[in-house]
Amino acid sequence: MKMPTFTYHRPATVAEALAVLASEDDAKILAGGQSLIPLMAMRIGQPEHLVDIGRLDELDYIERRDDHIAVGALTRHAAAEDSALVQTGAPLLAAALGHVGHRAIRTRGTVCGSLAHADPAAELPAVALATGATFIARSTAGEREIPAADFFQGYLDTALEPNEMLAEVRFPLWPDRAGAAVVELSRRHGDYALVGLAAAIDLDDAGTIGGAALAFFGVGSLAVRIAEAEESLLDKTPGAEAFAAAGRIVTETIDAVGDNHGSAAYRNHIAGVLTTRGLAEAFDSIGDRV
Amino acid sequence: MTDTPTPALRVDPGGRIGVSMTVNGTAISTDVEVRRTLADVLRDDLDLTGTHVGCEHGVCGACTVAVDGQPVRACLLLAVQVDGTEITTIEGLANPDGSLGPLQQAFHDAHGFQCAFCAPGVLITTASLLETNPTPTRDEIKAELSGNLCRCTGYHSIIESVETAVRLTAAGAKSTDGGDEEASNA
Repeated sequence: MKMPTFTYHRPATVAEALAVLASEDDAKILAGGQSLIPLMAMRIGQPEHLVDIGRLDELDYIERRDDHIAVGALTRHAAAEDSALVQTGAPLLAAALGHVGHRAIRTRGTVCGSLAHADPAAELPAVALATGATFIARSTAGEREIPAADFFQGYLDTALEPNEMLAEVRFPLWPDRAGAAVVELSRRHGDYALVGLAAAIDLDDAGTIGGAALAFFGVGSLAVRIAEAEESLLDKTPGAEAFAAAGRIVTETIDAVGDNHGSAAYRNHIAGVLTTRGLAEAFDSIGDRV
Repeated sequence: MTDTPTPALRVDPGGRIGVSMTVNGTAISTDVEVRRTLADVLRDDLDLTGTHVGCEHGVCGACTVAVDGQPVRACLLLAVQVDGTEITTIEGLANPDGSLGPLQQAFHDAHGFQCAFCAPGVLITTASLLETNPTPTRDEIKAELSGNLCRCTGYHSIIESVETAVRLTAAGAKSTDGGDEEASNA
């Protein structure tokens, strides 16, 4: 499969990249290209213009700020995976990165690229939903913040306007006494998950559950959180009983979409199993962190 | 912001662009159409057909090469993106006289491959792994090679070959002079 033709732009500054997005119809940002290039090879997407930001080093950063970890548009998965800042400040992101493709994909693919691609079977959109990440969209008109809950609109569809670039994503700083886990069922390590879960759990002073986030991927056209199951965990003693009860609620509620890789009923069931497993793993990880 | 800046570089559809890179230690400058991948340029323009192209959408791993020391899929990179980089392909793992390099020899000794279509990607991935982790565990080897499909399904012999390479490297580092006849080991 060979690429369709396109006009290639290599801007020297971010302002130049934004100017191309503003002036050309059907322009796409090329960062790592690990999602975009296969889409083009398979003719699922044929953008007329590619804006290669691969040399804009100012977009390649991971920073700890007052209340969040900021990841720039050109930060590769592998750089985030190896980052001590991410491991301590955004452990749910850290837990997800090892599941993203394979190392040879992660050396090129970018965190923001995975998010802007918005594949509902991918790990990072679920991480953004579970953590309440904030997306920074930039255009020649300026900058705006988009909450994760509003960013993902449908299959490969986001709130980004055609003239906007996802310039940065901000993950809220991880609280003390909180645990993270990403668990998934896939046919092969590194493949897209049939069903996956990004789970976060935090404990209050009494040691009971103060908050939980359960974001599932691979279950439909969007990653979803199951609020009923999250709420069922509040004020409970963390342990097998509470986790299994949350799993049963997930199976009853999630309403996954089936396809030829797995029926809806199968995915609903697996989502419940992963809930029990993921919560236990997230809870166990609290001990590692405190 | 006053007037809109002009993009530093713009190439129209079908247009070509100069790309300079170092491939297996040799500096190369060539003209490529912007939509062509690194795999295309290596195989078709530079005649380095050791890099195999399987699925052409990043799944099979056969086209894996090292760019600035990092394993990447040559089918998922436009050649223009690697302008100015250093690239190692399977040909770069051989000894300068063309004989098998140590990693290749280990796979040969351990009968690592059946049809060997996946070999270039497996060897480059293994070379990258051993550079950062010279003594990987079996689980680490499996995790690292999970992105390389072998449709002969000869995964056990591949993993054993990596373990052979690790052993040979460790032994080579210890022994000061080779050529002894079968040493009787205590």
